[in-house]
Amino acid sequence: MRDVAVIGIGCTTFGEKWETSFRDLFLEAGALALEDAQLSGERIDALYVGNMSAGRFVEQEHVGALIADYAGLASRHIPSTRVESACCSGSLAFRQAVIAVASGLEEIVVAAGVEKMTDVETSTSVDALAAAADREWEGFVGATFPGLYAMIATDYMHRYPLTREQLAKVAVKNHYNGARNPIAQFQQEITVDTVLRSSLVSDPLRLFDCSPITDGAAAVILAPLERAREFCDTPVRVLASTQASDTIALHDRRDISTLDASVVAGKRAFQMSGLALRDIDLVEVHDCFTIAEICAIEDLGFCRKGEAGKLTEEGVTALNGDLPVNTSGGLKACGHPVGATGIKQVCEVVLQLRGEAGRRQVEGAEVGMTHNVGGTGATVAVHILGV
Amino acid sequence: MSSVARFWRKIPQRYNLIGSRCTNCGRYFFPPRSFCPDCRRTGKIEEHKFLGTGEVVTFTVVRSASEQFQQMTPYVLAIVKLDEGPRLTAQVVCNPEEARIGMKVRPVFRRISADGESGVIHYGTKYVPVN
Amino acid sequence: MVGIVTYGVYIPKFRIKVEEIARVWGGNAEDVTGGLGVFSKSVPDLDEDTATIAVEAARNALRRREIDPRDIEAVYVGSESHPYAVKPTACTVGEAIGATPTMTAADFEFACKAGTAGIQTCMGMVASGMIRYGLAIGSDVAQGAPSDALEYTAAAGGAAYLIGNDDPIAILHRTCSFTTDTPDFWRREGQDYPRHGGRFTGEPGYFKHVEGAVRLMFEQTGKNPKDYTYAVFHQPNAKFPQRVAKILGFSADQIKPGLVVPRLGNTYSGSSLIGLAATLDVARPGDRIFMASFGSGAGSDAFDIEVTDAIEAGAFHRDAAPGVEKLLENPVYIGYAQYARHKGKIVMQ
Repeated sequence: MRDVAVIGIGCTTFGEKWETSFRDLFLEAGALALEDAQLSGERIDALYVGNMSAGRFVEQEHVGALIADYAGLASRHIPSTRVESACCSGSLAFRQAVIAVASGLEEIVVAAGVEKMTDVETSTSVDALAAAADREWEGFVGATFPGLYAMIATDYMHRYPLTREQLAKVAVKNHYNGARNPIAQFQQEITVDTVLRSSLVSDPLRLFDCSPITDGAAAVILAPLERAREFCDTPVRVLASTQASDTIALHDRRDISTLDASVVAGKRAFQMSGLALRDIDLVEVHDCFTIAEICAIEDLGFCRKGEAGKLTEEGVTALNGDLPVNTSGGLKACGHPVGATGIKQVCEVVLQLRGEAGRRQVEGAEVGMTHNVGGTGATVAVHILGV
Repeated sequence: MSSVARFWRKIPQRYNLIGSRCTNCGRYFFPPRSFCPDCRRTGKIEEHKFLGTGEVVTFTVVRSASEQFQQMTPYVLAIVKLDEGPRLTAQVVCNPEEARIGMKVRPVFRRISADGESGVIHYGTKYVPVN
Repeated sequence: MVGIVTYGVYIPKFRIKVEEIARVWGGNAEDVTGGLGVFSKSVPDLDEDTATIAVEAARNALRRREIDPRDIEAVYVGSESHPYAVKPTACTVGEAIGATPTMTAADFEFACKAGTAGIQTCMGMVASGMIRYGLAIGSDVAQGAPSDALEYTAAAGGAAYLIGNDDPIAILHRTCSFTTDTPDFWRREGQDYPRHGGRFTGEPGYFKHVEGAVRLMFEQTGKNPKDYTYAVFHQPNAKFPQRVAKILGFSADQIKPGLVVPRLGNTYSGSSLIGLAATLDVARPGDRIFMASFGSGAGSDAFDIEVTDAIEAGAFHRDAAPGVEKLLENPVYIGYAQYARHKGKIVMQ
């Protein structure tokens, strides 16, 4: 297996992009990534695109071919593959691209993620997102996605000393970071009060505990490490790429408040990279809801079960803390265009490792981790990147 | 959810909690599985009608729902552990303030959703607190 | 002897007071309650309908007696609020109690007496040896148009009766009916709410037919009101059954256990059957019960019933399912707005 490096990144701004279509979103991100790598599109050998539900959101399937076509690559007939694992689609597209390059099968590969979510009414997107859980045995009875994570929160708060205020502080921190990220959907800081005064979506989760509905796309370009310097001065190495799965339904999990797939993917990533927890300078975790960030920090091993709330409250996970979590603003503040999120996480870590993260730069960051969840934990992908 | 076949084929499970059980290891499954994750191919699966009673493991009050359930909000959604062991997700018909972890519940027959005004009605099992 | 093998009732827990309905429409609550003798009525939950009520009533019946559901070879559900115009409620009930597929089934409609018509059908089928057990259910989420007089009483509930001839808890000695074409109350296809002939529903409707059926029964059996421990009449309000009892010579005590309408309201197809269930809940072996239903359109079915020793012994466990009194206890009172939501009177986009 060859070592693989990220040689270019591109990300659209995230938000309600009324004037931009599905295909335009992708094109914008792709063009930015090519520009970043100072690469011509003709050099691309293969394309992987993470997308959860174009069929539901824009009534378009077969998006692999669509994207290659509108990227002007139809006449080159390169392989273009759509990858789907709900909200983890982006990370799996990235992982497929890593595998393709590492295996020697392909040289220059684009891994992208795109989701256009605002072309349907909110209730339709709520329903489309519920398809990431078990439609027959969760969605059928009225389980929504916030509802499932709310049940994790109820279980967690019953068993561990997590306060409602600590949960709110996850959102406050991520909005603080988002306000320092030019692509973030939410550019304003909030207070604990903002969260606690927002309307209940699914008890105990309130509106400001939830990631928003977002349009956005992100793309990265991968090349074999040995050729990376042909394209850029600061290639970022892929040190680990792992993926794990678990039961599709939350009710079948061994432990409702632990995402075993996160635990396994995290452990394997440390094994694969030969790194230890203390080596991680920053981590982008899947905070689709505030409770999800709490679980992720623990499941990845950064603290014991039940301690992440306190860690958050003490500022350990803040931008200037010992373990900055979600410097991009996370899904919460940067936005969550589901299929694009995993790629955006990689973009954020690459920016930080290159020292190009501006007002949210983590000083001296050399190793970063991404953690992306599909459904309520049925798929988890973890990547470790380093310079 | 507009497919009638998709609802119809699950009627035994939705109305009467017909699940399954591995006769090799004795593990119960609801929703039913036709393959035992523990015994793999050595497992023998047979049908099992669950008693239906159980207790709430965790819950939430859904206040913002998808279109099919909007007119039911707010409703209590829970993971219920059946007496035989497996857990399932279901609505609990009770006042939201009443819901508690560990609450004993029993099944009732209710309307779950409907395919609009003119489509089929989806009946199934919800839970109520045991007095 | 053909008789009732087991029975069960279901009543939703919600109630609205007549005075709350009167408040909304500017009516005088005392006039209404005084005139009708009804103080509150049951209201279905958002997810309850005729089918769910019928299933719960049937399951309550089967809780009281262990019956192999595969021996139930006929299911008839009487209602004027079947959830589908075409697609039988009876099939849903049959499936939910495990009686399918070796059964015959149909939905009955005869205004408020479709449930007793179901019992008559099952009686004939059991007596002829066609079936072992037949399940007859009267269940309704009754409709009454906003501000219409019916709105004060139209309630929700149902009762299920399993008819058979082995060890019945009550023998159905005889039934007879009195039926004519009388337009006292109707609902046209596609209409949301029924219409009625106002005071015409009284004499030419209810009284003529109930009295007709009862007198026919007395002629056929040579019995009279004194031969009965209890009597149950269809109860669209409290006034009609009390008056018809008096006209026919039944006492207030005889109809008292079965007169559930003041707290329950008129459950249409469930009405006389829930009244009978309330009576069976307190009946002793040897008690004789007279029942006459009424359905607009119009007709009345009369029944001569005798309670057997089986009601207190052997395979029947009356306490295994909630009795009518228990179901009427501890209701949750709701206001008109919530009632309107429960009844689908609020138009949703």
